[in-house]
Amino acid sequence: MVAGTLGQFREIVGEDGLISQPEQLHTYECDGLTNFRVLPEAVLLPTSTAQVQAILRLCHKEKIPFVARGSGTGLSGGALPVAGGIVVSLARMNRILEIDIPNARVVVEPGVMNLSVTQAVASHGYFYAPDPSSQQVCSIGGNVAENSGGAHCLKYGFTTTHVLGLEVVLPDGSLVHLGGRTLDHPGYDLCGVFVGSEGTLGIATKIILRIVKRPEVVQTLLAAFHSTNEAGAAVSGIIAAGVLPAAVEMMDNLAIQAAEAAVHANYPNCGGLLLVELDGPAAEVEHLMARVKEICTACAAWEIRLAQSDEERAIFWKGRKAAFAAVGRISPNYIVQDGVIPRTALPQVLSEIDRLSAEFGLRVANVFHAGDGNLHPLILYDRSIEGQEHNAEKLASRILELCVEAGGSITGEHGVGEEKKGFMSAMFAEPDLDTMQRVRCAFDPEQLSNPTKVFPRPRLCAEKTGPYEPHPLETSGVAQFF
Amino acid sequence: MKQMTAPPREEIAAIVGAANIRSATQADQVDGVLPGIVVEPGTQEELGKVLACAGRAGLAVIPRGGGTKIGWGNPPRRADLVLSTARLNGILEHAWADMTATVQAGCKVAQFQRTLAEHGQRLALDALWPERATIGGILATNDSGALRARFGSLRDLIIGVTLALADGTLARSGGKVVKNVAGYDLPKLAAGSLGTVGVITEAVFRLHPLAHEARSLSFTASSFKMLSSLADRIRDSRLAYSCLQLRAESNGEPSLDVAFEGTRAGLDAQEKQLRQLAEKAAPKDSLNCWNAREALWSEGDAKVVAAFSVLPTQVAEFCAALGSAGTAQKLTWKVAAQAIGVGQLSLGASSEDALLAALQSLRANAEALGGTVVALRCSHALKSRFNIWGAPSDSAALMRQVKAQLDPGQVLNPGRFVGGI
Repeated sequence: MVAGTLGQFREIVGEDGLISQPEQLHTYECDGLTNFRVLPEAVLLPTSTAQVQAILRLCHKEKIPFVARGSGTGLSGGALPVAGGIVVSLARMNRILEIDIPNARVVVEPGVMNLSVTQAVASHGYFYAPDPSSQQVCSIGGNVAENSGGAHCLKYGFTTTHVLGLEVVLPDGSLVHLGGRTLDHPGYDLCGVFVGSEGTLGIATKIILRIVKRPEVVQTLLAAFHSTNEAGAAVSGIIAAGVLPAAVEMMDNLAIQAAEAAVHANYPNCGGLLLVELDGPAAEVEHLMARVKEICTACAAWEIRLAQSDEERAIFWKGRKAAFAAVGRISPNYIVQDGVIPRTALPQVLSEIDRLSAEFGLRVANVFHAGDGNLHPLILYDRSIEGQEHNAEKLASRILELCVEAGGSITGEHGVGEEKKGFMSAMFAEPDLDTMQRVRCAFDPEQLSNPTKVFPRPRLCAEKTGPYEPHPLETSGVAQFF
Repeated sequence: MKQMTAPPREEIAAIVGAANIRSATQADQVDGVLPGIVVEPGTQEELGKVLACAGRAGLAVIPRGGGTKIGWGNPPRRADLVLSTARLNGILEHAWADMTATVQAGCKVAQFQRTLAEHGQRLALDALWPERATIGGILATNDSGALRARFGSLRDLIIGVTLALADGTLARSGGKVVKNVAGYDLPKLAAGSLGTVGVITEAVFRLHPLAHEARSLSFTASSFKMLSSLADRIRDSRLAYSCLQLRAESNGEPSLDVAFEGTRAGLDAQEKQLRQLAEKAAPKDSLNCWNAREALWSEGDAKVVAAFSVLPTQVAEFCAALGSAGTAQKLTWKVAAQAIGVGQLSLGASSEDALLAALQSLRANAEALGGTVVALRCSHALKSRFNIWGAPSDSAALMRQVKAQLDPGQVLNPGRFVGGI
């Protein structure tokens, strides 16, 4: 990047809002997925929407790609810098701007932590429902980019369910408002399109959230089974009985061992562990929890515990929420996957994962949001052993293919990012991807906003949209499409 | 109407078969505009080919499901070909154990619900005229009713969509699993797009179990304000209601309706709590209260039906403005508002000038509160004097870009949507 441009960036954000020293830039070279690293040219830390606009206007003028970054906890390389580009960190735009309890709305800047929203409204008996495991450190802006889920989205929905409106700086620096405080704004639901677009459509600078009243009671049950198959049968039974739990989580034996080693949640040492949480009116929960217990017992649960206090509930959850990090206790390295399968395919997919695990000679710990079929297989390996990392990546790929074959998805909540863009073609046909990219072209014709992510290949925005007409570049032999 | 030259008609007949193409009649009018032909493809592939053919010939295409809401939106700038989804009416998959279903756009909502009910499930949405309205139609118009308070609107229930674009491309997005963040969320773009970005050919939904048991309770009081403040207290309580509705009309008492779903024990406990909260309001018969929205449309003299959206706490203020506008313009009115802040209202027979003045004052009131008013049923003459969608927002240019990318030739429903899209 030429010194003049750097100087212009400095003018926008001030001396303390610009990082350009290589040793400091290393902090930003990756997100939570550390096996991809790219050093950005500079990191900018704006403090206002006007500064974000000025930055993107300059990027637009100079054709500099940019990547927005919240807390950098993403697990798909979504916030991985782009070579020759800058990172726009929203960490300093971290104010809660407005709390409107009577209308259950909260307006925040993108750098606000997920958990801070709940903390700000808890005294009024409300909470912010999406609860990714990283909720203590992840930002709302990042949640918007990834459409983050969490254990409780089975009942309460994902980030997109709770984002009513956005102030967005488009990649040319212009400002638009998508959705709003009220529902059903006339026009296309571009707020819905923006959420989950992984930073490829612009930068959200204000977010209008919906908060939810705390239910009267919450009950959490822990049930131990001999196998994940038995535990899976219990989940199917619960759903078939017409019960919609707030959360249903499952862990296999290896994951339990890891969680025990890390946080001593006092889980029974079993083949398949279920956590079932019900919430709602006391009388309702009482009745349905009795049903859930019956179903677990019928599916051969050999130990059932109902948390007797909020403290005990927190301990039940602690092991589950710490599971990813806990795996670090039993393996030097691991890969987390995020595939989704129709819940009914669980037994078949798990036994196939077992088979692959044996074939590759690598251990796989399984932690999943069982209610919605979102698997988080953790592939354990040792980087110091020649070839093992490569093998682990191959195994991870096979598992994703398995999910797509079962009618599922390559990602339930972590996003495609850099990591899984090659798998998009396994899930979508070329016209599907092309149509998504046409939408991208409407927002970002110059492809400056987090380019090279999500899609296996970029689309030239000037491409003619007719299905059978080849692009002039193709006919002239300048470019070739695969 | 564009003069239908022989080649496209013959070409289209070759795609769908001669039996599935006919000349349009008065009954096929689209808000006063008479199209040339009506085409009923039998597969989504045929539908895509028809679209591509129409696009090449420069025809304007009006997608149509059950036709129950065909008059919503601006009158089309052009209308040459009505593309009916009548034959695309299958339920392709009900994965009841996974609580999802894939359905073709032309399937009637009630038919879909009956099939889902065989396994104790439903699409948790109370659409208008379910016996006649189609899945594609409710999606395109983003229809939703009182159940939205608990289950959200279609954007929250749709998990996958197949769109036929104007150039014939069949594009799928989303998927068959509830939790899925791979690629852009185009099911949300399709919902509420009034057929202007593509023709919805298939949709995948997440389903909910049918209620074990349901109970409705209605209340009345001397003033609407009292009921709306009761609604605010219910929203701030821990009652797990599935519907919370306020009704009022120019010649009748206001009502507050609450529905609960759950087990007998849960319902008993909630009813008791609700009655305590509602101490000053008088119980009344809740019979037919959930038909209130549909009833607005069937009133003999309902000349205008409009949708509005304000913040939940502003519903009372907006309804007071409706009362004032009714008095000032000497017209009858009715409103069915959901406590989450959205609702529909009807304005009774009166002069066009009076209806216009009432609409303008209602919109001014809603906009002052940060809300919106969109006219749904509205005479052709009135539409020429009142922008039914309201002034475009600062995202209008972006919306036009989206349209230009997906339908550069303005083939689909030209001019019908927000900002003349």
